[in-house]
Amino acid sequence: MRARISWDVVCTVDDLVPESGVAVWTEDGPVAVFYLPHRLPALFAVSHTDPFTGKNVLARGITGDLKGQPVVASPLYKQHFNLQTGQCLEDEEVTVKTYPVLLDGNNVRVEVPTVNKESAAA
Amino acid sequence: MSKKTLIVIGNGMVGHHFLEQLAATPAAADFEIKVFGEEKLLAYDRVHLSEYFSGSTHADLAMGTADWYAENHIDLCLGEQVTGIDRDKQTITTPMGDYGYDELVLATGSYPFVPPIKGNEHPNCLVYRTLEDLDSIRASADGVKTGVVVGGGLLGLEAANALKSLGLEAHVVEFAPRLMPVQLDTDGGALLKHKIEELGVQVHTEKATTEIVEGEDARLRMNFSDDSHLETDLIVFSAGIRPQDALARSCDLAIGERGGIVINDQCTTSDPHIHAIGECALWSEKIFGLVAPGYTMARTLASVLNGDQEAAFTGADMSTKLKLLGVDVGSIGDAHATTPGARNIRFNDEQAGHYRRMVISEDGKTLLGAILVGDNSHYDTLLQYALNGIELPEQPETLILPESQGGAPALGPDALPETASICSCHNVSKGDICGVIDAGCSDLGSVKAETKASTGCGGCAALLKNVVDSELEKRGVEVSKDICEHFPYSRQDLFNIVKVNGIRTFRTLIREHGKGHGCDICKPAVASILATCWNEHILATDHVPLQDTNDTFMANMQKNGTYSIVPRIPGGEITPDKLIVLGEVAKEYNLYTKITGGQRVDLFGATLSELPDIWEKLIAAGFETGHAYGKSLRTVKSCVGNTWCRYGVQDSVGMAITLENRYKGLRAPHKVKMAVSGCTRECAEAQSKDFGVIATENGWNLYVCGNGGMRPRHGDLFATDLSDEELIRTIDRVVMFYVRTADRLQRTSVWMENLEGGLDYLKQVVLEDSLGICDELEQHMADLVGTYQCEWKTAVEDPEKRKRFREFVNAPSKKDPVQQWTTERDQRRPLVEGEPA
Repeated sequence: MRARISWDVVCTVDDLVPESGVAVWTEDGPVAVFYLPHRLPALFAVSHTDPFTGKNVLARGITGDLKGQPVVASPLYKQHFNLQTGQCLEDEEVTVKTYPVLLDGNNVRVEVPTVNKESAAA
Repeated sequence: MSKKTLIVIGNGMVGHHFLEQLAATPAAADFEIKVFGEEKLLAYDRVHLSEYFSGSTHADLAMGTADWYAENHIDLCLGEQVTGIDRDKQTITTPMGDYGYDELVLATGSYPFVPPIKGNEHPNCLVYRTLEDLDSIRASADGVKTGVVVGGGLLGLEAANALKSLGLEAHVVEFAPRLMPVQLDTDGGALLKHKIEELGVQVHTEKATTEIVEGEDARLRMNFSDDSHLETDLIVFSAGIRPQDALARSCDLAIGERGGIVINDQCTTSDPHIHAIGECALWSEKIFGLVAPGYTMARTLASVLNGDQEAAFTGADMSTKLKLLGVDVGSIGDAHATTPGARNIRFNDEQAGHYRRMVISEDGKTLLGAILVGDNSHYDTLLQYALNGIELPEQPETLILPESQGGAPALGPDALPETASICSCHNVSKGDICGVIDAGCSDLGSVKAETKASTGCGGCAALLKNVVDSELEKRGVEVSKDICEHFPYSRQDLFNIVKVNGIRTFRTLIREHGKGHGCDICKPAVASILATCWNEHILATDHVPLQDTNDTFMANMQKNGTYSIVPRIPGGEITPDKLIVLGEVAKEYNLYTKITGGQRVDLFGATLSELPDIWEKLIAAGFETGHAYGKSLRTVKSCVGNTWCRYGVQDSVGMAITLENRYKGLRAPHKVKMAVSGCTRECAEAQSKDFGVIATENGWNLYVCGNGGMRPRHGDLFATDLSDEELIRTIDRVVMFYVRTADRLQRTSVWMENLEGGLDYLKQVVLEDSLGICDELEQHMADLVGTYQCEWKTAVEDPEKRKRFREFVNAPSKKDPVQQWTTERDQRRPLVEGEPA
């Protein structure tokens, strides 16, 4: 079994909500894509799964910045996660997975590690 | 070990306070406790008795509840008079039988002294002590014109106020040459007399009544020793109190020469198993006719029974601060300068109606006493100087001079020693306050909840706030009201900035008045302010990212990431057809269904993508959003009212629906709840709401700033007998004032407690328009009511807004795999962690 990398198109610019997040389904599971148009870079992708509860909700959190770091607050129990590093600000042992994300024309692409099905079958 | 029996005779303020104190100690578990009260009513606040005539009920004045007694396993026997004590057998006797005791507490209080005047047994000669007395006074005052109070002391003037509020022409007859002879001197008494007469109460000093006879123009005539007379329809005797010591006398306990049950420093009588507290007790030849010393005795005795060897009552400060008929009166310590060598400093401004006197020690270093009439603003500072022996400044007169004449500002809280008593009702010192702050209290409200400071007479409110602010500041706790790191402003400041500058988006606000990009603290707060000011749809592009998740999706997120839905059911009234629709929708989407405390129906377990479809069906059936997700009006609970109920006096359902439809959708600093009860039985539990309305024969009584939850609080009576229009106008004003001035996530109760001046201030602003803003508040409310829209209706009709509800934007049919379900009591619920599917 060998991991490969793919830049999947997960949605288009029209699906994004400025200053907020949307959830997309990828081969690596649910991912939250945030669009903060007043920042550079403006796109962030982290796991949609709240590490404290295991529920898929992070895209529905409020975004902002704390001490200069771009963050999202979990809508369940309000912990903050750095959107660049995935680090939880309240608990240094907790992180969320982050994904490289880019804009390709009108398409939003997220780089996800996937299991190579062909070699898995072999 | 079998429990000992503790019997308390008397259920007044002090008796109740004793039980509260005892219940908080481990000793409470050692006793079976029984309480006998002669009155049929649960202990109530006699200090505020005259409020009974301005709308307060026994429930408002009550000190505790029957539930409290039940929860603490205290057997409460009201209306059962104790007729005898057998000290040898250790039993007491009532008409119902004998009861044994191990320890007995006498808290029998006092009775009003009626001077031995010929004719004083006339049925319209009354006294002023119990609610029953007040009922008699009210009955006697019905349809007549004039009333006289005999006695110009503290209670006499309270009684005069009561007669005045019954609409009588009130007179006060005092034997001494001045009013309040115990607390005031000649000049102070003269000024008080002048001020009270200006308020329409006639004062007759140096009058000795010789007899009471049939009157010519009124029911009665009082003849005085100087051959003058006064006609009146009723007479209230309030010429002092006498300790209620009859039971103690009958079993030969030691009694003082002029009455009173003799007690030692442990509040124990001449019998080691019998104790006495409050106005019936005589300590060191003194009877204490104020509630604070009685409370101190109660605390002492509770400690003694809890095994505290050190506990001792060592006397009490008799200083008082009052508002009598609206006139400030204060008296501190040795007000009459009886200490040898004492000197006086007086300030008397007849023009402004202010009189202040300081009594200082021979060496000029300490304050022994003081008298204040007309303005109590110097009271707190003077009291602290006197109680704590703080050395006076070199020119002590600056303490009572107006600031314009070189007067010193009030004593800063820093100057007070740790032992300084801040709240004498609950015996809270500055050290106690520092203690709870060190233990984590970080605002005024929590300090009050923790220490009870300022929850008795409330006289120390301003001082308490100063001490708390100063101590918080010292500890580096940010007393800063900045909402978060992005805005150097309080919520109220932000509100004003938004309103004055006409700012309509968060982006503009943070660019021009803040820094950074915002956070989950300031964004929802600003969203609420913008909604209050401009009332645009919360899912408008600029506002979407500001909302908490519940507001964003207009539903309440539950622990598994699904949502619950609460349609509005105004006043809890619903047609069978609509009820059927709720059932059908719940069934179709397999939603767990529960009735809420606010007379609505909550549907749980909807996924994000199901929300718009569900709402489409609900809206088609005539439902609107219930804003259960918002910091906004939730529900207006009601009882069924006079339409059906045999006891109802007004249409409470109709009023509840009117109020709910008026205030629905309004964004506030926190959730707002209301209720309307159709009669005084209060089935809608309105007093536990932010706004509680209770029907009366003549209209509506309004209670404000109550809440349930973690720290329940009964609402305060705000206005009485309002018409429908007056009620709505008053609520409009309070709601708008709250929305504009409260801190973020501050319920109305904490908001009101933190307003300097509290309830009285709020009444001035709303009922007397002291700030001149009532028109603006009403206009603002009218604008909001006029621009209401059902947020869900707008959302389901707009394809752009509906896009927000896709669970995964690139996989519309994908179900969230982490949601797992089971069935319990015939309904679907989420699996808890570790539970097998």
